[in-house]
Amino acid sequence: MCGIVGLYLKNPQWHSQLGRLFGPMLEEMSARGPDSAGFAFYHDEAPGIEKVTVYDADTCRDWQALAGEASRALSTPVTATKVSTHALLRAESPPGTLRGWLERTHPDTRITSSGHTIEIFKEVGLPHDVLAEFGARERTGTHAIGHTRMATESAVTTEGAHPFNTGADLCLVHNGSLSNHHRLRRRLAKSAGLVFQTDNDSEVAAGYLTWRLNEGATIEEALEAALVDLDGFYTFAVGTADGFSVLRDPIACKPAVLAETDDWVAMASEFRALATLPGVDAATVWEPEPATVYSWRGA
Amino acid sequence: MNATVIDLRASSVRALNRILQGREEKPQSAYEVRNPSGAHAVAVGLEHEISVDVRGHVGYYCAGMNQTATIRVHGNAGTGVAENMMSGEVRVTGDASQSAGATGHGGLLVIEGDASARCGISMKGIDIVVGGRVGHLSAFMAQAGSLVVCGDAGSHLGDSLYEANLYVGGSVASLGADCEEKAMEAADRETLDALLDRARMNVSSRAFRKFGSARSLYHFHVDKAGEY
Repeated sequence: MCGIVGLYLKNPQWHSQLGRLFGPMLEEMSARGPDSAGFAFYHDEAPGIEKVTVYDADTCRDWQALAGEASRALSTPVTATKVSTHALLRAESPPGTLRGWLERTHPDTRITSSGHTIEIFKEVGLPHDVLAEFGARERTGTHAIGHTRMATESAVTTEGAHPFNTGADLCLVHNGSLSNHHRLRRRLAKSAGLVFQTDNDSEVAAGYLTWRLNEGATIEEALEAALVDLDGFYTFAVGTADGFSVLRDPIACKPAVLAETDDWVAMASEFRALATLPGVDAATVWEPEPATVYSWRGA
Repeated sequence: MNATVIDLRASSVRALNRILQGREEKPQSAYEVRNPSGAHAVAVGLEHEISVDVRGHVGYYCAGMNQTATIRVHGNAGTGVAENMMSGEVRVTGDASQSAGATGHGGLLVIEGDASARCGISMKGIDIVVGGRVGHLSAFMAQAGSLVVCGDAGSHLGDSLYEANLYVGGSVASLGADCEEKAMEAADRETLDALLDRARMNVSSRAFRKFGSARSLYHFHVDKAGEY
């Protein structure tokens, strides 16, 4: 069992409230996943910015030194903002530049996300504590995806927590378990050169979508293809730079509820996670159909 | 009828259920439950002839194990609404998630909207009337009772069915193993009309078709191994 939630704000008036609305959603899913929690916030700050969130269990890690080194190497301003065990690095560089430099020169540094708008923070512990640790309730942006984990397929570690980010601005959270992830992992590593950071099955699903997107598919097309190539139980919530998608496997054992108003679209494992959203009493609430791609874009 | 109001913003589900179950004292005749906010196990295990109106969406297993009570959910219900119901009536004005009425032995479950996958799974005598559609694998291994679907039925309807009767007003995506269409006899029409009437569904029974068990999977047969 795991809990997943997603909130996509259609009305820009709510963007400043994203974390305040999202926090209670994630916390309500604590019983479904009390061992770790994580979230991706999408916040388009300014054009030409590359954001990379990095993680180190050593809270004394000197992120300013890393930013300084990156700045000199890339000849562009790079800043570091420490957030508990994570740091958010910002560079004035094309997407992939800072990430590529980190992977080449600091291969031991754990990258939790990279892209133009995405910021992922995740940690072992109760969702309430993880939300507080990273100041989630104060965060702003267009959409957010979150996960509360009850581990089944791999160890309870920060790295094993969701969301998983495998390509610029893409993230995936997963409730369920995949049965063909070993074979798919080898295939993606061999034919597409994808590098995985964990043994987690859900990271393979994220990597699969990244591969499809890199091949030119839209996120909707990538998810349709996932229905064929992924074997197992899943409800996925997927974030992209400007979008939010939901997919359930054809058997649909894993729960999901969607709700929509003029102002927002929200998804959760259970309705109770949506019960605190403004205007939810008048929202359209429905259970997503099995094997059907739901997608919203362009906020 | 003046209903006693219980607000789940102020009361726990456990405290609510103790009142509705009459654990401390005989319950009142009518209750209204406000702000369920998707809570699980609302109004479960009731054994008195009382009336309960739940205003809003509920979570899992609402009205489970019901005996004799009449429970109305004015909203959607999560997984397993009225699971293992013995008697009484449960009505959901919105949609129900999967496994609605699972293993129910008796009583009437009415879902005015759609029910998702596995509606009436392993039903054992309950009657279920769905105003809209049902999802895949509905009435899986159903043993007794009737499932009435006014809209369309998803794939694998009545898979591995024993003796329940299935009536579908719309289309059927596919039948499950050992489920077949049956002739609609006059007695079936009476049963169906009575159920639609009890469920207060304003729908003509004319277009309905009946499905039931072909009874070829009751016992293991090596020639049918592929179908098990």
